Amino acid sequence: MAEQTDKLIHAFSALADLGAEIAESRDFEEMVRSTLHVVLGALGLRRGLVAEYEREPALLRFVAAWGMGDDAPNMATFDAGRAELLCVGSGLLNLSETQTRPALPQQLGTELTATLVSLRVSLVAPLVVHGELVGLIALGGKATDEAFTAEDRDVIRTMAHHIGVGIHNHRLLREVERRADENRQLYNNLRGIYRDTVRAFAAAIDCKDKYTQGHSERVGKYAEIIARELGWSEEQIEGVAVGGYLHDVGKLVVERDIINAPYRIDAKQSSELNRHPAAGYEILAPIRHPDADIPLMAKYHHERIDGRGYPEGLMGDEIPPAAKVVALADSFDAMTTDRTYRRRKEFPDVIEDLRSNTGRQFASDVVIAFCRALLKEVDGTPRERRITRLLGKGYIEPELVRPLLVELIEELEARAHATAGNG
Amino acid sequence: MGEAPAGSPVRSERTGDVAVVYAGDYLNKLSGERIERVCRERLREGCRALVVDFNETSMVNSIGVSILLGVIDAAERTSARLVFAGASGQAAQLFQLLGLTRHVTLAPDKQTALKLLSEFTDAGAANH
Ligand SMILES: [Fe+2]
Repeated sequence: MAEQTDKLIHAFSALADLGAEIAESRDFEEMVRSTLHVVLGALGLRRGLVAEYEREPALLRFVAAWGMGDDAPNMATFDAGRAELLCVGSGLLNLSETQTRPALPQQLGTELTATLVSLRVSLVAPLVVHGELVGLIALGGKATDEAFTAEDRDVIRTMAHHIGVGIHNHRLLREVERRADENRQLYNNLRGIYRDTVRAFAAAIDCKDKYTQGHSERVGKYAEIIARELGWSEEQIEGVAVGGYLHDVGKLVVERDIINAPYRIDAKQSSELNRHPAAGYEILAPIRHPDADIPLMAKYHHERIDGRGYPEGLMGDEIPPAAKVVALADSFDAMTTDRTYRRRKEFPDVIEDLRSNTGRQFASDVVIAFCRALLKEVDGTPRERRITRLLGKGYIEPELVRPLLVELIEELEARAHATAGNG
Repeated sequence: MGEAPAGSPVRSERTGDVAVVYAGDYLNKLSGERIERVCRERLREGCRALVVDFNETSMVNSIGVSILLGVIDAAERTSARLVFAGASGQAAQLFQLLGLTRHVTLAPDKQTALKLLSEFTDAGAANH
């Protein structure tokens, strides 16, 4: 009697172990293996296996086995009809009764029954959740060499129910993860398509203007570098890059002759050309971009901090930050590439231009960020020398450029500091 | 000797035909399967007897029992002798209750276990 009580206490504490193993194991197979150990250890059983039932294709996949040497099977076909039979049955199947109960092999199938008997399994518990088979657990060989008692069967039934729920929950989780993965992949594909479309568009824009080939793509890349240096989020960085690629999209509706004019254009032509930011906005606004500010970047990339830009003459912080970034990227590329009517500026002159136009044309924080990014490249910190590569070989001489950049950054920071003090 | 594939190694040592495997404090978790693996390796290497030392194992739970039943299975498959040494009162009672003691000899400590086994192997040798 005392022994019976001790066994019950042990089984009870094993039930607590089972709950913990099911709740704490994150890996499906680990969870199943742990729970098999708990059942075997609860009753002192020498061998067992747990199979997961899959409906499509209908089979039992053996997930865990113990005490069977290398003889445990990997899987067995198990048709849906049998699965249903197991669910409506009365629970445990006693394989030692196969001689006296011919119905048994029918329930499990002759082949599986034979396999399990050869593995010296004597009891099978179907794992049923919500009236559906999720798997089964097969057990055998009490270390005491006794037969299963009614109490043993109760313990097994209870544990089988818990393990069934554990398997079911893990499956739900796997399904949710699979769908999340699918969605992520779909989303990434769409992003990829979007990015490719944007690049194709940029190429189309630059095609119209034969002297600014690659301009849009470079502006996108400079904008991206500046935004990263400003510490923006990945979404914002991608948004401003797209804004850079598309900033001149409005030129698609401006006369090709004006764009390609091999001379400085007159006032009338100029006002036609100045339509391109607003035209770009009209083109981009109906599109649902991941970043809603992209049409504004096109619209305001010719605005100036001092309010003397176009089309609206916005001032300072009236201009969206991303448009300020695109504006600098655009002007920087214009200064550093040859045009029809002029050659590009030498880099020290570019620095001078930035110095005199910061606070007028360009936002100070944006210029500082760009100079910092370039300084990092000159100092050789980033493995990818992106700006330097965009500028072409030999344009930047590190020994010459470094002090200029340091000086400009210091000056702009001092100016910003003084302005903040005055405000 | 006795390196487990992952995590802290299962300690084991070998004297002649006898291997001592230390159950440590990881017997009661899934990682305890490593103990059974090490036991099987020692048997495959030709050990004729195993001592599982429980000196550093304070208690044994259901997972621990199952793993030890695996060790018993491995020993029986190679007809090796198996002694559990230094099991706590709780563990020894559990081994008794669940029938493990029908398949394994209990010894109060490793030295006694080794002595038991040497008597057995000597007796075995004398028979030949
Ligand atoms: Fe423009």
